[in-house]
Amino acid sequence: MKLVVAIVKPFKLDDVKAALKGRGIPGITVSEVQGFGRQRGHTEVYRGAEYNVDFVPKIRIEILAEDADVDAVIDAITDAARTGKIGDGKVWTLPVDDVVRIRTGERGPDAL
Amino acid sequence: MNSGDTAWVLISAALVLFMTPGLALFYGGMVRAKNLLAMLMQNFFSMGLVSVLWAVVGFSLAFGPDRGRGFIGDLDLVGLRHLSHGIPGFATLTVPALAFVAYQMMFAVITPALITGATADRLRFGGYAVFLGLWLVLVYAPVAHWVFSPAGWLARRGALDFAGGTVVHINAGIAALAVVVVIGRRRGWPGEAMAPHSLPLTLLGTGILWFGWFGFNAGSALAANGIAAQALINTQLAAAAGMLGWLILERIESGHATTLGAASGAVAGLVAITPCAGYVGGLSPVIIGLVAGSVCVLAVRLKFRFRFDDALDVVGVHLVGGILGSLMVGLFAAKSVNPAGADGLFAGGGVHLLREQAIAVGATLGFSFIVSLVLAVLVDRTIGLRVSPEVEAEGLDTTLHAETAYAFGSTGRLG
Repeated sequence: MKLVVAIVKPFKLDDVKAALKGRGIPGITVSEVQGFGRQRGHTEVYRGAEYNVDFVPKIRIEILAEDADVDAVIDAITDAARTGKIGDGKVWTLPVDDVVRIRTGERGPDAL
Repeated sequence: MNSGDTAWVLISAALVLFMTPGLALFYGGMVRAKNLLAMLMQNFFSMGLVSVLWAVVGFSLAFGPDRGRGFIGDLDLVGLRHLSHGIPGFATLTVPALAFVAYQMMFAVITPALITGATADRLRFGGYAVFLGLWLVLVYAPVAHWVFSPAGWLARRGALDFAGGTVVHINAGIAALAVVVVIGRRRGWPGEAMAPHSLPLTLLGTGILWFGWFGFNAGSALAANGIAAQALINTQLAAAAGMLGWLILERIESGHATTLGAASGAVAGLVAITPCAGYVGGLSPVIIGLVAGSVCVLAVRLKFRFRFDDALDVVGVHLVGGILGSLMVGLFAAKSVNPAGADGLFAGGGVHLLREQAIAVGATLGFSFIVSLVLAVLVDRTIGLRVSPEVEAEGLDTTLHAETAYAFGSTGRLG
């Protein structure tokens, strides 16, 4: 099993969600996050005083998937989230030792 | 008594009261979220303390029988007694004395509240409360007497202030500078980012201020008549032109027309028209607004040059706008608009009125700055005006008021 983590532009969340649903992914977790990469931040001006805003708002998506499904999940996210402009985000995966469904106690792939 | 006049003054009193919560939102949107409630509280608290003080002693000092050559009223009207004899100097008043008391009360409430924009993010509540009470009695009441009471020395000299350019805006603006001198800058200013946390709140507050300002200016006619209508249209035109003036300069200078600029320009125009409102006509309010908007957009930068942390630009908008407006009375006032006024320079009256306006501006600046400075030092040395560095870092809402403005999400919250 793997944990797929993706950072995407906030307005791309709906597209990514639809793409994942289309591929039969049973569930995702999303959170609002901030950070910077190559995109950097922007400058805001209040009454002539300039403020550099370093952190850009992004959406972090987490998906637990079986090894066989991981490539499909990554493809679905990258296809749906790509605009071709700087700041589209990243996707990475992590190995997952175990998963437990709290309600039933099922473990491993059965809990996905 | 005139029932139409009375209705208008009563409604105007309510309109002016509404400006103080408007001001609270105007300022509140500009502070960081951790200090929002403290800012709202300082403004709301003025509605509490000043209303009571006004009835007990403030009104009498400002409008009671003159004692001391037009400097201050006596204690004859303390506790709102003896009002059945009428208010000294207001023999032609066509509204009940109590309507006038209430109307003037709302001016007294909002004036010291204006100061809180300059001292944002670092004022102790207890120290503020004491300063507020002392300032109302020792600074606001005398200056209101000088200008608004016909027995006041500036009024008798012939200075014109229709709705409070000197009494309200210069008075609060220069007092704000005095308090900032005493309490110093916010930690981290000007290097650290202290951007507004919610400009929608600021714009809502601006709308409420603008709405209430019709009561502030047109209500100052103290009658439902042509002068009130003149003041109302002037108020609208100056606010509009103030917004345009600020936005044009801002757009040229920085490439962006900002919402905060639109709000600030409108307020600058409203401030500048306040002393002129019932004395000028034609397109004068448009010029007054344009001048105020475009000068104030430059004036808000003075704090960076002179390194005083007037957090929300009370000096740049209210003091500078108030001075501009008070002086422009001397240029644009015309007896053809209001026979009770005077002819300014452009109406063929020469420089006489302009000189009287300059004296009124200078006297208000000097008196208010010195007394405010002394009061601020006094309160700072005794109970303290400024919070500790820890409280300032943590934010005033949780530390001073044990509350949080925004309870989004459930993590770490009760319930």
